[in-house]
Amino acid sequence: MRETDRSGRPGLARPRPERGTPPAGVPVPRPRRALHPGAWWLWALALGTAATRTTNPLLLALLITVSGYVVAVRRPHTPWARSYGAFVKLAAAVLVLRLAFAIVLGSPIPGTHILFTLPEVPLPDWAQGIRLGGRVTAEGLAFALYDALRLAALLICVGAANALASPSRLLKSLPGALYELGVAVVVALTFAPHLIADVRRLRAARRLRGRPDKGVRGLVQVGLPVLEGALERSVSLAAAMDARGYGRTAEVPTAVRRTTAALTLGGLLGVCAGTYGLLTAAGGSYGLPVLLAGLASALAGLWLGGRRSVRTRYRPDPWDARAWLVSASGAAVAALLILAGSLDPGSLDPGVVPLEPPTLPLWPAAAVLLGLLPAFVTPAPEAARDPRKEPTT
Amino acid sequence: MIRFENVSVTYDGAARPAVRDVDLEVPEGELVLVVGPSGVGKSTVLGAVGGLVPHFTGGTLRGRVTVAGRDTRTHKPRELADVVGTVGQDPLSHFVTDTVEDELAYGMESLGLAPDVMRRRVEETLDLLGLADLRDRHISTLSGGQQQRVAIGSVLTPHPKVLVLDEPTSALDPAAAEEVLAVLQRLVHDLGTTVLMAEHRLERVVQYADQVVLLPGPGERPWMGAPADVMAVSPVCPPVVELGRLAGWSPLPLTVRDARRRAAPLRERLEGGRPEPDTAAARTAAPARRLFGRAKKENAGVPEPVAQARSLAVRRDRVQALTRVDLTVSPGETVALMGRNGAGKSTLLGALVGLVAPSSGSVRTGGAVPHRTRPRDLVRKVGLVPQEPRDLLYADTVAAECAAADRDAEAEPGTCRALLGELLPSVADDMHPRDLSEGQRLTLALAVVLTARPPLLLLDEPTRGLDYAAKARLTAILRRLAAEGHAIVMATHDVELAAELAHRVVLLAEGEVIADGPSAEVVVASPAFAPQVAKILAPQPWLTVAQVKEALER
Repeated sequence: MRETDRSGRPGLARPRPERGTPPAGVPVPRPRRALHPGAWWLWALALGTAATRTTNPLLLALLITVSGYVVAVRRPHTPWARSYGAFVKLAAAVLVLRLAFAIVLGSPIPGTHILFTLPEVPLPDWAQGIRLGGRVTAEGLAFALYDALRLAALLICVGAANALASPSRLLKSLPGALYELGVAVVVALTFAPHLIADVRRLRAARRLRGRPDKGVRGLVQVGLPVLEGALERSVSLAAAMDARGYGRTAEVPTAVRRTTAALTLGGLLGVCAGTYGLLTAAGGSYGLPVLLAGLASALAGLWLGGRRSVRTRYRPDPWDARAWLVSASGAAVAALLILAGSLDPGSLDPGVVPLEPPTLPLWPAAAVLLGLLPAFVTPAPEAARDPRKEPTT
Repeated sequence: MIRFENVSVTYDGAARPAVRDVDLEVPEGELVLVVGPSGVGKSTVLGAVGGLVPHFTGGTLRGRVTVAGRDTRTHKPRELADVVGTVGQDPLSHFVTDTVEDELAYGMESLGLAPDVMRRRVEETLDLLGLADLRDRHISTLSGGQQQRVAIGSVLTPHPKVLVLDEPTSALDPAAAEEVLAVLQRLVHDLGTTVLMAEHRLERVVQYADQVVLLPGPGERPWMGAPADVMAVSPVCPPVVELGRLAGWSPLPLTVRDARRRAAPLRERLEGGRPEPDTAAARTAAPARRLFGRAKKENAGVPEPVAQARSLAVRRDRVQALTRVDLTVSPGETVALMGRNGAGKSTLLGALVGLVAPSSGSVRTGGAVPHRTRPRDLVRKVGLVPQEPRDLLYADTVAAECAAADRDAEAEPGTCRALLGELLPSVADDMHPRDLSEGQRLTLALAVVLTARPPLLLLDEPTRGLDYAAKARLTAILRRLAAEGHAIVMATHDVELAAELAHRVVLLAEGEVIADGPSAEVVVASPAFAPQVAKILAPQPWLTVAQVKEALER
């Protein structure tokens, strides 16, 4: 085909091989298959869990650094991977917002180190308990900072999962019975980037009409055309999916169908009852077994329901030793921090009253460093190819 | 393989059927082309094969459509997925997954093929379509031709017996179109796939067709026959056929090669003649008639250029979109920007209108730096009709759109409407811009842009989706504008349009200008961009059928 490529473009200055192709004759090494997306998500969510167990800013900063380093060296060159930046920005916004609230609305933490005093706005009686302005203490700020940092770390961990394995790849691993749900989510996920591209294009087009292309008004005016375009695209995508066999189902005997329904419904009921039992004091004895039985029954229902789907899977991501290692490293960080939290709560939650500088507890810090393992056991992403975006279609 | 028996389709709310009395049979392994003017129901016929009409679009289908023995009445599109592969007009709205390899596998996954079969077919298809190097690429990063190939590949992997394609080459540059057509050719020859295809750019496809279905007008009975027979009477035909009709050749040649073999007597008759320098002369001659009454400054000597780019470079998303581009456009000049998809044509237009800021070098339109000028002032200097004219239209009636355009341009109320009346007399005030045909919508956008009377008019891919009649109307409009002193720069893949209109052709490749000169020289020098008439009558300098006709009448 490359031959026809060249002969098909006479008259141009030079023949052009496909972009990003090495010169003919150089074999293209097939990259090893990427890691199972589930492993990345488990790893990142485990780091997130670990982050919720501590308010020590040094530990949290270490966690953020660890996940950031892994993302930096292992994130693939896909548009999805760029979402990491957005998550980091979101985390920063959370941090700023939380501090701003602590300054303006005050903090319930009693403090003695007054940094400065804002003029206090007198509020009517019905707003009792709310304060606007007033004293700002170092203790209150420190508490807000630790608290916000914890949430920021959690967000950054979720962002890491997003960047390392796009949710659509994860959804491909769903069981057959949930496949159609997965596709719906994937389509919804691709909807957003398209929408943003549309808004940009239409706002640029406003300039061509001699209207300002910036500002909120511009955004509002393009709203309707953008939604129209998005709707049209969804309809044509649905048509294309239907024409390509989406939603084909296999004939299953009535008995199997009924059993599926009974198992799933019964299972879900069992899960509800079991959870209730676990949460109330009275049901301590029956809670766990009912929950487990319900879970098993629901899973069986899902498995049986999968028989209705004729779908097969193309090159599923294998769950191999590397996937075990990655998810285990994440789990280890979470487990060790939970353990540390129960053994030595003081070092994981440094006190703010009285205010003291946080110290880095040695062995929980070492545990967090375990999270770096994926940077060494997973394959490096392919070298960046020319990510040339075509402005025209 | 495909059988239509007395099929009529009426969409909900429509007074008349979209297509009527379609009665035809497409045998296995043939490449059949559906032709006709815009809006005659070509897409409806194609959609009916895959069952999307009426299962997905709504409406009533009378008669019977069977594909490989399956009645579309009882089989939903998803149950036909293993025999029919459909690719719509816009490949981007066809993709479900995000990488090339997954996209090729998607259809097979839905059909439940065994994993080893899927793997084999994906590899085969990657080779067949020349996509092997792109297998891990994200689809959104591919060029137009590559996307079209992926879309075709994605419906090929389940090994359908029938392939249905709606305008597969319209958005592609000539070379990418050849690529796609070569693939189709291979499928028909090697795999015996039946291909049913609609296309406006007949000059690209008609020679590959085994049979042609002609839909002569809305609601008229379609007619199917050998390509030469149908082309003899078709209201839409490529330049080679038009030339054949003019010269009275019978049977009509469909390829440049056949035409050349018969063209010796014609060449003899034309010997010594030169094309009337009709359009090129308009620049120097005083404008005969002023359609839009633009006050034109008549400077003595060299006219001030309306646009000038000096070693312009643009970087976008870490990609060098333009490098050291020099371009000067003088008043009354028509320039065609050509080059393959992604060569930087749209970026150059964007830079001229201030949508894109240069990363180095300078660009000036009408003496202003476009990206620093306020939009309200800029519309009086330069106007761009974007690739998708709909992007320019916000209002819900034509009248409201025109009123808004007058306000934006601070023109006399009624200016835009008057312009539109001249360009497109038939359009009603209360129509929704979305209900207009492609050609009408383009003309409306053109009128909106012209309301501010910019001396420089930019058009991005203006003939995409236009039939020959709409194209001829557009050509006439642009000629008049150029004669009045408007400078026109258009980015286009349409070599026939460039040959017809442009005084100058600028060829771009990978962001650089690789050729810049009078159209006759530039397009004839490169086979990919030469119009059919030039190829047939080479080495004589004729470019269009109109020129030949004029010379014969002289």
